[in-house]
Amino acid sequence: MANTYRFIGKITPRKDASEIVTGGTRYLNDMRVPGMIYGKVLRSPHPHAVIKKIYKRKAEALKGVEAVLTWEDVPDWKGGTPRYTRVLDKKVRYVGDAVALVAAATEEIAREALHLIRVEYEVLPAVFEMEEALKPGAPGLYDEFPGNVVTPGMPFFGPKNLKEVVTGDVEQGFSEADVVTEGTFGYENIPNPLPPEPPGAIALWEEPNKLTIWVSNQASYMDSVVLSHIMGKKVAVRSIGGPCGGSFGSKFMSWQVQCYATLLSRATGKPVKLIFTKEEHLAAFVMRPASRMRARVGMKKDGTVTAVEGTWLIDTGYYSMTTQSQVAVGCGEIQIMLQCPNWDLRPVIVCTNRNASGIVRGFGGQELKCILIPLLSLAMEKLNIDPFEFLKKSFVKPGGGYFWRDGIWYTYRGVDYGPAMDRGAEHFGWKEKWKGWLTPTAVNGAKQRGIGVGVHGNADIGEDASEAYVRLSPDGTAMLFSCVTEHGTGQRTNYAKMVAEVLQIPLENVSITPSDSLTNPYEFGPAGSRGTYAIGSAVIRAAEDARQKLFEILAPVLDADAGDLETVDGMVFSRQRPEKKVPWKAMSIDRTITGLGRFEPDYTLTNCMMTFIEVEVDTETGTVTLVKIVNATDAGTIIDPQGLEGQLNGCLGSAGIDSALFEETILDRSTGHILNANMIDYKWRTFPQLPPIENVVLETPFPSHRFGAVGVGEVATSPGPSAVLMAVSNAIGTRLYEYPVTPERVLRALGKVKGGSRRGGKP
Amino acid sequence: MTADRVKRVRGKGGGMAGVQITVNGRIYRLEVGSAFGEVDPAHTLAHTLRETLGLTGTKVSCDHGACGCCTVLMDDKPVLSCMTLTVECDGKQITTIEGLRDEETGGLDPLQQAFIDHSAFQCGFCTPGIIMSAKALLNENPSPTEEQVKEALAGNFCRCISHYQVVRAVMAAAGQGR
Repeated sequence: MANTYRFIGKITPRKDASEIVTGGTRYLNDMRVPGMIYGKVLRSPHPHAVIKKIYKRKAEALKGVEAVLTWEDVPDWKGGTPRYTRVLDKKVRYVGDAVALVAAATEEIAREALHLIRVEYEVLPAVFEMEEALKPGAPGLYDEFPGNVVTPGMPFFGPKNLKEVVTGDVEQGFSEADVVTEGTFGYENIPNPLPPEPPGAIALWEEPNKLTIWVSNQASYMDSVVLSHIMGKKVAVRSIGGPCGGSFGSKFMSWQVQCYATLLSRATGKPVKLIFTKEEHLAAFVMRPASRMRARVGMKKDGTVTAVEGTWLIDTGYYSMTTQSQVAVGCGEIQIMLQCPNWDLRPVIVCTNRNASGIVRGFGGQELKCILIPLLSLAMEKLNIDPFEFLKKSFVKPGGGYFWRDGIWYTYRGVDYGPAMDRGAEHFGWKEKWKGWLTPTAVNGAKQRGIGVGVHGNADIGEDASEAYVRLSPDGTAMLFSCVTEHGTGQRTNYAKMVAEVLQIPLENVSITPSDSLTNPYEFGPAGSRGTYAIGSAVIRAAEDARQKLFEILAPVLDADAGDLETVDGMVFSRQRPEKKVPWKAMSIDRTITGLGRFEPDYTLTNCMMTFIEVEVDTETGTVTLVKIVNATDAGTIIDPQGLEGQLNGCLGSAGIDSALFEETILDRSTGHILNANMIDYKWRTFPQLPPIENVVLETPFPSHRFGAVGVGEVATSPGPSAVLMAVSNAIGTRLYEYPVTPERVLRALGKVKGGSRRGGKP
Repeated sequence: MTADRVKRVRGKGGGMAGVQITVNGRIYRLEVGSAFGEVDPAHTLAHTLRETLGLTGTKVSCDHGACGCCTVLMDDKPVLSCMTLTVECDGKQITTIEGLRDEETGGLDPLQQAFIDHSAFQCGFCTPGIIMSAKALLNENPSPTEEQVKEALAGNFCRCISHYQVVRAVMAAAGQGR
């Protein structure tokens, strides 16, 4: 769609493009701080044990070793929600839990020193399965979590923070239903978001209580906030972000690696770099939470859902930092997807002796949809309801609403996404292809095709606060002060575009400060899909404020009212007398003008992504191939066409659609070891396996954003996995209950191989 | 290792002496040993490039030969620098991402420009390795088909899914070379 903007919606190279393609971009591990030494972590081989004794003298005596730290040497810093997880503890709770930290002159020496530390453990029984963990007498991970149930609720979200969806009267709802179906589905493959850049940190401690930490995180300002809390609010933390080599949410939870580097710097007085190996990244960093739900659904013949009742079990691994947040947001999002008056959906977060789950794109909503859409499908199948029509009808419409993460009801005031869904369906050919439930769309010998559809929407586009400054210089340039890090979305350039558009100056005249918490105002960071609407609005307001201040200063010079002034390319003039112009320099060359912008959270808007999937299943080998993907959304106004395409194509990776096809972390549930903690055995999509993707993007402007735009990037991964499960079930004519749809599972569903389900999914 | 190269790497009496590698046209003579600044026999080429020579454009992601992030050219062929020992590179010509600019003009390689034009990256961490793999392909086959491009990049991991834009960029750069 043609727009009248100068920069918004236009293709402009990313400001960091030249650096990226020439190898000049400095990611965390490309940095060196003078005098820097290196840290390494000794990790537990046991899933559950008490440390009886640690012998570290030999390691300390190794030439080049500067510090060896165990739980006995470090302050009682704790993370998690609630804050019960120590940085180093005398108890280990998963294979890979930190036992000791070493700092040495080189990485090689640090690694060698790890081998010289001897640890005596008292091995405890471990538990790897949610339902086992909940049984009386199961091994307990924390005294604070009786029965291994993690304390529900995220206090940051407010006193009524959402812990469940309980509203209306489900029994009444079931009595009004034409069918009531029941089942259990599991999304338990704990895929890893797996950005290419491993997690890490460089820390410099200065006595008595000052920490400078270089981080790789999409939300680098928040590291200073999170660490300050973990360190008992006794440390002044400055976090410096930089280019982030992928995060997909995961690096939001980097407090542990940051604390390791900090403790080693504190012990040695030197800057310490600690970068995880890929094995640590895969086995001791962040994976998707595992989800399983048994639920009952009541539905009328017209597709109206009258009641949902179920228990949502979430395996968070050995601790939770954000799982309660994911539950809260997931519970909010499920109401956006499914407008239903009667709910009794009760989440239970369980801890088990495996690596922790954390933030991944989709943030609770993807997990919940992967199990609830199949549960709804059971009812749709009985009533012969087209899932596309169902999802379109059930999605929130203007005037509808939902309880959001703070437990407060919001009336939705955004656009109707029905037209975007229709356009997607049209593009995909849904109506021509849909042949009914558990019915292939085409059969060609052993090859059977099937289609599926999923949807996701998130009211996080206006979530959390953002602040920005825009400073104007007399030379006609502007500098944006924002603690936003570039993690791949291109948003730093997009904010510069927004500033350039408001101020009508060339894009090259807008620069952005490094993302340093010392010099920039509060920024929650580009989490979820909040970048365009929330952060963008703060940036726009700062630019507007600066522009207004400029006009107030120059109004007397132009003998005009500030309200009548305009600026283009660094010249200011009155709309009444455009021929009389003065440059910004007229503000005086010894002055700068700073505009302030803040965004206050607003939960009344949501984005939407619908994904249509066609698969081909080889019923002889069980192999599933993606034939076609169509993503449909409405972005309000497209800011960055190329960046948007990249975000939507991202539906495959970062534990998105491919988590339904082949991606999984394989946990040995007898020893607690992860068996595929390397990038050969952890499968990922390669270039020759690219399926056709088509992205259908409508532009219905959102009036409350200056450019009418909302973010849609994060949600691209979320509707796809359940659509794959649906498509494969339809292709082979029988239901699948678990992810991913491996050849083994497909053949088992077809009755061609024997053997029970490995995990929870069952009819 | 050829006998000739073994002889050059090993000094008199069989002890390690040094390796000579040419990186981006510049000759480096590196002592082999375990002292600071020397090439330890266990050092990978990726390590030497990044830590000893300061050429951090070559990225290390998996460090076990699976992801292609560390791809550089050795005598114009793509190699995984995390799986190549520096002591085995004696006499070799290495090209890294920093060496793709035109020597005379300093201008970007057409492939680099095509990556900018097509915004063929997101986080950019895997991009240097992808560009080097693509460069190796275009050196050998200036007019590849889309399938050949995909095959040549089969060993390069990208998690943001820049693949579609990458294939377009490589095809565009190839078109210019025709």
